[in-house]
Amino acid sequence: MAVLENLKYSQDHEWAKEEDGVVVVGITDYAQSELGDLVFVNLPEEGDEVVAGEAFGDVESVKAVSDVLSPVSGTVVAINEELLDSPQLINEDPYGAWFIKVENAEGLDDLMDAAGYEAFIEA
Amino acid sequence: MELKTPLYDAHVEAGGKIVPFGGYLLPVQYGTGVITEHMAVRQQAGLFDVSHMGEIMCTGKQALENLNMILTNDFTDMEDGQARYSVMCNEHGGCVDDLIVYKVADEKYFIVVNASNKDKDYAWMCDHCFGEAKFEDISSKVGQIALQGPKAKEIISKLAAAESIPEKYYYAVFDAEVAGMKCCVSQTGYTGEFGYEIYMAAEDAVKMWNALLEAGKEEGLIPCGLGARDTLRMEAAMPLYGHEMNDDINPIETGLGFAVKRKKDAFIGKEFLPLKADLTRKRVGLQVDGRGIIREEMEVFADGKKIGFTTSGTKAPFIDKAVGMAILDIDYTEIGTKVTVSVRGRDVECEVVQLPFYKREA
Repeated sequence: MAVLENLKYSQDHEWAKEEDGVVVVGITDYAQSELGDLVFVNLPEEGDEVVAGEAFGDVESVKAVSDVLSPVSGTVVAINEELLDSPQLINEDPYGAWFIKVENAEGLDDLMDAAGYEAFIEA
Repeated sequence: MELKTPLYDAHVEAGGKIVPFGGYLLPVQYGTGVITEHMAVRQQAGLFDVSHMGEIMCTGKQALENLNMILTNDFTDMEDGQARYSVMCNEHGGCVDDLIVYKVADEKYFIVVNASNKDKDYAWMCDHCFGEAKFEDISSKVGQIALQGPKAKEIISKLAAAESIPEKYYYAVFDAEVAGMKCCVSQTGYTGEFGYEIYMAAEDAVKMWNALLEAGKEEGLIPCGLGARDTLRMEAAMPLYGHEMNDDINPIETGLGFAVKRKKDAFIGKEFLPLKADLTRKRVGLQVDGRGIIREEMEVFADGKKIGFTTSGTKAPFIDKAVGMAILDIDYTEIGTKVTVSVRGRDVECEVVQLPFYKREA
């Protein structure tokens, strides 16, 4: 299961990274593998507020629906619309298939680093 | 505690993602994923462990009379080796279960029931048994493997002589031999695709599974889990107990009138089953217009009021559409009717469409 060095991770299997002043959010390789083939994604809209630990959208595999919880709090400034038509991108490239970008983000420092997350999913 | 089928270790070894289902631990999918497994069955072949299904023998001089009283279908004119689908109704016309009855020989019938209903079914049969007949639960002695897909015949033909392979749909060969093992081969399935279901002694299940997988390698045969089993039956609009039928949904509402034989003098539930013309609600197919996926047990609305509920729903991989089935008020069951399904607080527009969603080319 791939865990990338330069990312931060939540206990709910989302990743986050700071890039050009905003925090980019997606779900981890472990999460996509547990969910199976994804067939649908619900995303928030630009301008929506997200709260760390609360759902901002959901993903559906063939068999199940799962909330996606925000790893940080802040305001959504961009959503990855490509995922709406091609949710399988999340399975193919979980760390490339970002969900949302958040500005004025708080809580990034509370997340796990790669080593911490690796230990977490193995526990 | 969940039971393991004889193939449990083989599933774990093959990378199956194990979940509890119907009292058993079974793979919901393998590493390949539900969509790949689903497509394999539509285009090549897939192998399913269905050992969790229950098997009950009915024997005795009055076996036939018992089946005709306890079940909705009529088994009178069956040939040896023939199979017949039926519903088992409660006294109010609701469904205890749906099942398949095979005639092995006169006074000897083999019945296959849903795993999660097996104990309830067996108790029901024993409670209503009369005269010279006996029901016997043999589930723990029987393994069952389903080989489904357009390549199924090619694959099984490598392991079995022609006389072991049933030529007609809903027929079985009871004294078959596949890969050197005694078994029963039936031309039946739950995928909407051509295929076989093979019943063998539980202790032969692993050997049979491996022999079939090996024989089907060239044809692209892969093991498939419960996830694909469900999406395949959904796409083919085959009802599932606990979803499209239950204690409160009668078989006429589900659209199973073909398996209910009113010409019989009597059978349990008969007087409570409505005529098709008198139905107040029935099962329909729904297709999502636009975005969204509908799932089971969601409310359905039209004209500002609730008109029913969904019973199953998924993204169907082969037809590549989000579809579902629902029980709706009869006024809203015409093909083309627009309805709204409430999906976790969001309205998803759907249209009533013809069932099945997928039908294989003959």
